[in-house]
Amino acid sequence: MTGDEQQFREQWGRVVAVLVGRFGDVDLAEEAAQEAFAIAVERWPAERGPVPTGWLVTTARNRAIDRIRRDRTLASKAHLLGAVAEAEVPMGTPVIRDERLELIFLCCHPALAVEAQVALTLRTLGGLTTKEIARSFLVPEATMAQRLVRAKHKIRAAAIPFRVPPPEFLPERLAAVLAVVYLVFNEGFGGRDELADEAIWLGGALAGLLPDEPEVHGLLAMMLLHDSRRAARHRGGDLVVLADQDRSLWDAGRIDAGRQELGQALALGGRGPYVLQAQIAASHAVDGSDWARIADLYADLAVRTGSPVVELNRAVAVAESAGPGAGLAVLEGLPLEEYRYLHSTRAELLARLGRTEEAAEAYRRALELTDDPAEERLLRGRVASLGQA
Amino acid sequence: MKYMMLIHQGTSPTPQRPDEWATLPADEQQQVYADYGALNETPGVTPGLGLQLPETATTVRVADGRTLTTDGPFVETKEALGGYFFFEADDLDAAIALAARVPAARLGGAIEIRPIMEW
Repeated sequence: MTGDEQQFREQWGRVVAVLVGRFGDVDLAEEAAQEAFAIAVERWPAERGPVPTGWLVTTARNRAIDRIRRDRTLASKAHLLGAVAEAEVPMGTPVIRDERLELIFLCCHPALAVEAQVALTLRTLGGLTTKEIARSFLVPEATMAQRLVRAKHKIRAAAIPFRVPPPEFLPERLAAVLAVVYLVFNEGFGGRDELADEAIWLGGALAGLLPDEPEVHGLLAMMLLHDSRRAARHRGGDLVVLADQDRSLWDAGRIDAGRQELGQALALGGRGPYVLQAQIAASHAVDGSDWARIADLYADLAVRTGSPVVELNRAVAVAESAGPGAGLAVLEGLPLEEYRYLHSTRAELLARLGRTEEAAEAYRRALELTDDPAEERLLRGRVASLGQA
Repeated sequence: MKYMMLIHQGTSPTPQRPDEWATLPADEQQQVYADYGALNETPGVTPGLGLQLPETATTVRVADGRTLTTDGPFVETKEALGGYFFFEADDLDAAIALAARVPAARLGGAIEIRPIMEW
């Protein structure tokens, strides 16, 4: 992300947030923000440096008020008229409160479907266009537009609040926000770099807004550490597994930033799922994968999440530290029959034990369950190398 | 903001079904009565009228000008509406917090929150 893009995202989110807070209408806020940015391009003299956020907010607010006055259906809403009276302020008001935290809790409210939460967050906080979001998630633009319209309508119709949740709701709601950021990151991990960048940007903004929440730093640390290996993860369109990656391609700046965030999370007493995953990622990036320690971290994580996928990861770490037989034992009875990585992992461990036929069978099962061409090539290569062993 | 709160009984025991109701310990039964009493006393709540069991429902459709009458609720019996009330509140979070206090929500049923149309 360039400096200009960074600056745009910061300001876009802040302008939209202030307007949603004032008028309670996401559509109106977006349209007015768009106009304000367009006006800035025309009228703000380049020699005066970057456009101040306060100028953008005031301009957008005045555009919104104009729109409410023009549009009778909006003007018939008494609460909006009240907001107009309150909002009319002269140009150049200097201090603008950052209300992006309220905005992200609004976008990630559990009364909205998760896909809608993701799209709204990227649109209102990240400043992505509907078209960009649709392309990133491989859905038609019309579908994405419909999703956003429905979500914005529900925010108004059901009065989803614009505020940081009170303490009794906060843990659950923060978990939802972090889940959205993580989901965006995961989508990006599959090769759509712009989404990984977006998730890291959102994570950074969130860490700035909630500096005392260890899981926020944990999530950011985990994303940075995983992302540090981006350039090494593919070679000519093929996936490269961790052990075979060219470490000189790992991004040292990302690793440092990730370690710093992890340090903060731990200093705040963080022991949650994101902090644990960040510790695991850090062990890979920094200690050359201390597998015994990684196995312990996965054991902690499995207790906290109850997830069989975490157990599968633990099996890999156990196999590395205590041998493939011990790893296989962890895999026994995991309810992941339809999960391709269960079978590819079993195959790998069986192959190491010299149980070639069983290994080939497990690789074939994994192949049946995947539709990703890069993975298919990787698995076929493994089956072929079994024959030579 | 005004919401209609629809109580879906699901599998939660109700005094209208004495056999199921008897599976609840006496103190839990008392708690259910107390909780519904407290809900009705909550500022902003307008209690609904009591409904008889979904089995007593009759569903009517009109096709080609003919009235078709069938026995039972529109949806399946265990998904049918069990009761309702209204709640006037600042926002959806207030309605969610109140819905979580409805006994049916913790005993196998669910509460649906529907914003009331404002003209």
